[in-house]
Amino acid sequence: MGVSKLLQGDTGGQWVLGVLVVLAVVVPICNLWIPETSFFHVSTYTVTLLGKYLAFALLALAVDLVWGYCGILTLGHCAFFALGGYAMGMYLMRQIGDRGVYGNPLLPDFMVFLNWSELPWYWHGFDQFWFAMIMVMLVPGLLAFVFGWLAFRSRVTGVYLSIITQAMTYALYLAFFRNEMGFGGNNGLTDFKEILGFSLQSDLTRIVLFMLSIAALISGYLACRYIVSSKLGRVIVALRDAENRTRFIGYRVELFKLWVFVFSAILAGIAGALYVPQVGIINPGEFAPLNSIELVIWVAVGGRFTLYGAILGAVLVNFGKTFFTAALPEVWLFALGGLFILVTLFLPYGIVGLLRRKKALSS
Amino acid sequence: MLIGAIVISMMLGVCPITWADNHDLSTTAAVSGPKDKTGAFKELVSQLSVKSLSKKKTTVKAMVKLENDRVRPLLEALLKARLFYGKAAPHPVYIVEVVDQGYQLTDAVSGQLLGIVAKKSIKKVRINNRLRQLIRGALAQRDLRAADVSVRLQAVKTMSKHITPAVVALFREVSKHEADEDVQRLMLAVVANADLTATDGAVRLAAIKVLAKTMHVEYVSTLKGLLVVDAQGAYLESDRKVIKAAKQAIKAIESRISWYENIQTLFFGLSLGSVLVLAAIGLAITFGVMGVINMAHGELIMLGAYTTYVVQLLMPEQLELSLFVAIPAAFMVSGLSGILIERGVIRHLTGRPLETLLATFGISLVLQQLVRSVFSPLNRSVSTPQWMSGSIDFNPVLSLTLNRLYILAFTLLVFFVLLMILKRTRLGLEVRAVSQNRAMAKAMGVKTERVDALTFGLGSGVAGLAGVALSQLTNVGPNLGQSYIVDSFMVVVFGGAGNLLGTLISGFSLGVATKFIEPYAGAVLAKILVLVFIIIFIQKRPRGLFPQKGRAAEG
Repeated sequence: MGVSKLLQGDTGGQWVLGVLVVLAVVVPICNLWIPETSFFHVSTYTVTLLGKYLAFALLALAVDLVWGYCGILTLGHCAFFALGGYAMGMYLMRQIGDRGVYGNPLLPDFMVFLNWSELPWYWHGFDQFWFAMIMVMLVPGLLAFVFGWLAFRSRVTGVYLSIITQAMTYALYLAFFRNEMGFGGNNGLTDFKEILGFSLQSDLTRIVLFMLSIAALISGYLACRYIVSSKLGRVIVALRDAENRTRFIGYRVELFKLWVFVFSAILAGIAGALYVPQVGIINPGEFAPLNSIELVIWVAVGGRFTLYGAILGAVLVNFGKTFFTAALPEVWLFALGGLFILVTLFLPYGIVGLLRRKKALSS
Repeated sequence: MLIGAIVISMMLGVCPITWADNHDLSTTAAVSGPKDKTGAFKELVSQLSVKSLSKKKTTVKAMVKLENDRVRPLLEALLKARLFYGKAAPHPVYIVEVVDQGYQLTDAVSGQLLGIVAKKSIKKVRINNRLRQLIRGALAQRDLRAADVSVRLQAVKTMSKHITPAVVALFREVSKHEADEDVQRLMLAVVANADLTATDGAVRLAAIKVLAKTMHVEYVSTLKGLLVVDAQGAYLESDRKVIKAAKQAIKAIESRISWYENIQTLFFGLSLGSVLVLAAIGLAITFGVMGVINMAHGELIMLGAYTTYVVQLLMPEQLELSLFVAIPAAFMVSGLSGILIERGVIRHLTGRPLETLLATFGISLVLQQLVRSVFSPLNRSVSTPQWMSGSIDFNPVLSLTLNRLYILAFTLLVFFVLLMILKRTRLGLEVRAVSQNRAMAKAMGVKTERVDALTFGLGSGVAGLAGVALSQLTNVGPNLGQSYIVDSFMVVVFGGAGNLLGTLISGFSLGVATKFIEPYAGAVLAKILVLVFIIIFIQKRPRGLFPQKGRAAEG
């Protein structure tokens, strides 16, 4: 199936991907070649900010796939995001080498600080980029597999599932705060220097990371689009709407759910891995149950059950967050809370739903 | 008697406070006895204004012998560097209280308030550390003779912290005349501990027997001192009987300590459980019975806690009673907020649990920010009334804090009242009917909308009650509710939705389990383990410990 066939009839998707491609061309030019004094110059700060939004958009896409299409309301998806981020962070930590404050060639600073004498076993291999990249996908995927296999097989559904996904991320949240875990405790992993030999501070690296985020988002979108327009996609929508009927027809519902859940977790992990080098820190706060719930609202605002809606929602809400927390910090929670209430009450299909309704009315 | 006192005073040596030598020790007369020595006291007080420390020392020594109830406040003021004297000729001595306008004077001899003066007109009575030590010892000794048992007990405990030969000798003497068994036992244990090094084997043996009945870890270590072996593995202790007795005593003490420690842990667990149950039981009604996921439940708890805070602000004079006002007030505030939420939002989302979850989460964010804007993001502390503070000490290991005990009782009370409401009242009947079959209940004439609002109000009101209880345990802040919401859901899900008894049992068992794991794994890991346990448990029994059966389980 070619890309054009995938996007057939998906006007919104065409638009979103189009904008992404334009961004991928325009932003590097505006950042690198247009002088800083010019009006059209895009600062590196903005590039990083956009890169962050793109990572969030990929995460929202992952949630939309499981929630919008498969009906699993996960309140713990940030756990997969953070795990991917930690895997990336561990690679970046090892890259620091002896340039840390304590100058230990093998141990990251926080381990020296804790008087650890050797690297814990699970830190081995993370000095290799390929290994870290495998872990970025493997660790979230594996957790999703074990968790999903247990949950879906015993037919934990609906709110019960939501609550135990929340418990999962909460448990990880508490665990990663512990210094004994060997992930930097409260402070997490930070002070990164370079990635694959390129300094993280340089504009060019930032631009490359930004382009990679766009590439990842576009491929993620196309992959999700492929899944939902395939036969598999129809089955998962069917099991969302009538799980028992789908089961009685003869599909092994739990396997379909598991597959989608694991795929989505891997997407979230990749999003985390893109997020960390751009933001420069990963800490246990990313596991906080609140983050995962906020993530769901991005999708709800944009419009679930449309993949581009999730991207739209993630970018819009995060833009609002950046704007409000800087301009009117005390208003942000009111705005976010109000958004939750208004969207669920009046916009069950988000902004995309609103646009569609307008279109339907006018025609 | 007199000889005894002299012997002691000689032994005291380093800290030579002698007894009022003509005073019979057996009469634990009140310190506020005859006041005929006011003259002598006045004389001594006036000598405090001299510069010489050694003269002050003699003065203090003489003063502690006096039977005047002004002695204690004066010495305490001296300890806290709040004793001053006038710069003018007769150098009157004052106890000083620092107030906004300057120094508030109290006459040291008569205890009369003398008004406020500027800082410069008076001078501090200076003392050194040695004198401070002397005063502390002297005050403790005065307390050993006090009429009030609790004062004597406290004195013994304070003195036991720094045991010197002098203290042992003092205890040995005083314990003979001590009327209260507990106080006497404490003193005898200190004496016996010292006797372990006695040369007479019989004395050592007797001391071991006394110690075997105690529960102090430090006595175990001194007893172990008897079992020291030399390089050949032979005991340094010559008396075989002593060794045997010491071994038995150590075993007895240790097993007793661990037994009471377990009871203590159980109490902590039940206490944590009672908090969990209180936080979750409102949820058991809204989530369990109505099937509404209310993520704002934690914030309703927080509202209850803030109500307690506000009530205390409104009635600062009646701190003791404020809780009894706060309980109904918190119930009303949270309950009405709950009804408002139900009418405004949840009603429109019936049958869409996931949307309800998101909308109520939005409400929780708004409520948090509201509280943050109104009361500031800082934590507020709610003071505990007198009758709730303190603890019941059974022995050195086991002590039950009163506030936790009251909260435990309060939890049970709330639980039974709720159970009665649901089982015995008209509202309860209607609630159960609506939760089992909404359409049929409606057909039978039950006003389902009204029942929904009232049920939600009831569950929210109980959250407010939980807030009152929590305000007695932790600081009240905007994040108070958030920290309990995950736990509350775990309790309800573990117990089985729609089952109040299940919630009670699950809350208590999770609390107790957490506290018993904590010593081995630490607080955080214990919590993680409990969470993981629940996640796995839900796989095995998706409907909780006590699933609903029959028609109620449908849907």
